[in-house]
Amino acid sequence: MNRVVSKKQLSAEVFRFEVEAPLIARERRAGQFVIIQVDQNWGERVPLTIADADAQAGTITLIFQTVGRTTHLLAEKNVGDSIAAVLGPLGQPTHIERFGHVVCVGGGIGVAPLHPIVQAMKAAGNQVSVIIGARNQSLLIMEEEMRRAADEVIVVTDDGSYGRKALVTQPLKELCEGTPKPACVVAIGPPIMMKFCAETTRPFGIMTLVSLNTIMVDGTGMCGGCRVTVGGKTRFVCVDGPEFDGHQVDFDNMMKRLRAYKGREDVDHHQCHLEIEASRLQSKA
Amino acid sequence: MSHPTAEHLDQQARAKLTELDATARALTPKDRMAIPPQEMPSQAPAVRRGNMQEVATGYSAAQARLEAMRCLQCKNAPCVKGCPVAIDIPRFVKAVADGRNADAIAVIRETSLLPAVCGRVCPQETQCQEPCTLGKALKNVDRSVSIGRIERYVADLERESGQMRAPAIKPATGRKVAVIGSGPAGVTVAADLRREGHDVVIFEAFHKPGGVLIYGIPEFRLPKRIVQQEVDALVAMGVKLETNYVVGRTRRLQDLLDQDGFDAVFVGTGAGLPKFMNIPGENLVGVFSANEYLTRANLMRAYDGQRAHTPMYPSRKVAVLGGGNVAMDAARMAVRLGAEEVHLVYRRTEVEMPARTEEVAHAKEEGVIFHMLQNAVRILGDANDCVQKMECLRYELGAPDASGRRSPVPIQGSEFLMDVDTVIVAIGNESNPLIKQTTAGLVTDKYGHITVDETAKTSLSRVYAGGDIVLGAATVILAMGEGRRAAAAIHEMLGKLPPKKQAAAAK
Repeated sequence: MNRVVSKKQLSAEVFRFEVEAPLIARERRAGQFVIIQVDQNWGERVPLTIADADAQAGTITLIFQTVGRTTHLLAEKNVGDSIAAVLGPLGQPTHIERFGHVVCVGGGIGVAPLHPIVQAMKAAGNQVSVIIGARNQSLLIMEEEMRRAADEVIVVTDDGSYGRKALVTQPLKELCEGTPKPACVVAIGPPIMMKFCAETTRPFGIMTLVSLNTIMVDGTGMCGGCRVTVGGKTRFVCVDGPEFDGHQVDFDNMMKRLRAYKGREDVDHHQCHLEIEASRLQSKA
Repeated sequence: MSHPTAEHLDQQARAKLTELDATARALTPKDRMAIPPQEMPSQAPAVRRGNMQEVATGYSAAQARLEAMRCLQCKNAPCVKGCPVAIDIPRFVKAVADGRNADAIAVIRETSLLPAVCGRVCPQETQCQEPCTLGKALKNVDRSVSIGRIERYVADLERESGQMRAPAIKPATGRKVAVIGSGPAGVTVAADLRREGHDVVIFEAFHKPGGVLIYGIPEFRLPKRIVQQEVDALVAMGVKLETNYVVGRTRRLQDLLDQDGFDAVFVGTGAGLPKFMNIPGENLVGVFSANEYLTRANLMRAYDGQRAHTPMYPSRKVAVLGGGNVAMDAARMAVRLGAEEVHLVYRRTEVEMPARTEEVAHAKEEGVIFHMLQNAVRILGDANDCVQKMECLRYELGAPDASGRRSPVPIQGSEFLMDVDTVIVAIGNESNPLIKQTTAGLVTDKYGHITVDETAKTSLSRVYAGGDIVLGAATVILAMGEGRRAAAAIHEMLGKLPPKKQAAAAK
């Protein structure tokens, strides 16, 4: 169950795993996520977006960044190892229809969940422009896959080490200024990026979907830990989302809620690196 | 008042038993009424504040027998009518009084599946013990026969002896039933149908079975090993368990029937979306639903900060909003997790509190500070959106409302601030939306509760439901009662289905 069938390190802290999960591979739609747990007794439940799936092979692709204890422990898994729990697919699938021109914006690790949405938007007959960005070239992921899936791909890096030196909001603004303006924008990435993408499209009145990755425990609508304020109302990311109208989301509150356990995460992150280093030295010796 | 030790209570009981056994004649009702009600031994409050172990430690043999001897064995047995699964209470209590503990548990097992659980968490004072003739005669429900404590005693005795007998399974029927959710309703349905010879698969979304018994009710009230043993017993009977499987998402309910060969489905998905107060500041950092707070602490075992990967929010001053058992659980958990102050805020008075008297008493003993006739109107945060204060309003009781409870009326201008860094909202749940969202044709009411007929059947053919997803927030024993009713209806329905081969040919 949940065996890792392939593993690739995409950058210093980003990994790509293919995991055996035949039921999830068959049912999942673009926009959905899974909850994983690396230890049956003491593990934490962490939501990860599904980057891709192969229903025939019965596998799903997870792309994740090592942030807290769980993602670090996950990164230590090797081909053939099992993940204690993989639950899903969770959340509402992305609403896909023929909008016309769709702009998909991905930042950092957010490029991964964007990929199936790009594929689905394209398959529905849309003209799809993709903007992907990262802090620098080494952190950029899935450019090749995006080029295969989309009509147009614009790459930006914060430091100009690859592609255009810009933030994703700059080419986004330029596309919004074109005629005809895009019918729909999908933005997935760090909360701050999604917030500014929404602010960029707001004056143009372009529908902008964002995919939120909040703290969750059960992921099935029971705990309420994932709640966000959308249009002044409390909504649950796990059952109402993960996608919401970016113009309605209270990003500032969401970002603060995401930091609830920051102290613990920082300690774990540091501790994990010490442990990883120690186990490497041990295996060398 | 010093806390009585278990040894002291046992000694007293032994002395009384010796005295009674020396009586040559049979006990008269008057003798029985004179036997002092047996107090439940418990960990001293100062000690249990610092540990997760069970608060009530259980009767000794002498206490159990003495308590059972208080029963008047009245013919009309009002207690049985008070029990949602109609356990033959006088018969099992008599067996304990006679020293036949094995017979006692056998009587309970005729109708109840989880005696060790129910003996601990049932609200006996509003069920079997409420109409008890002895309690009526002594004009105090707290002096009724402690049926629950005796039940717990014999159930624990059976479990600890390792003599739990697996029930007989009838010959295989070739029918297959899917049970969604492994809480009290689900496990009851599974056990009853398995006994009838049907194949049963339980689908559980969490990584561990037990539902609310595992994620909700804390270790200090219901040790998890007891739940695990009950589930192990199901598996030993041949019930299959699929964890990390969320029906509606991993697989649709209708697919289980149409494609996976299940002949019937029981939906026991339990309580869902936590209710919030809808007051400003409720999404600040440090505001939790009781569901989240308790799930982190119980299921994810975050009470062990060293070993658990799931963090607990560091709380110093906690306010819990609500007056039910869940509110008590959350407050008492916060005490154990090291909060300096735990406040329980409820807008009516203690009389109207839905929580069990025992839980309220335990919470008070453990130092939870009760604030009655008050309610939060706003939560205030600091620059980082972390909870800093809570604004409350004082209330007074007005005229009785539709439920007969006197409704609280706010006192104008009575606002005041409370210094807190954590707020836990424990005011109940909406129903879980997952099955409804993904199952076409399933009728629910305006609250999202699945609508069922008197046989627990839903609007869909071969689909039944029970427990909190039908009742709203109820109790473990009511969910079990519902499960039992549903299992009987499912069994009857399966018996009427055309033989499998013909059914396949007809397709």
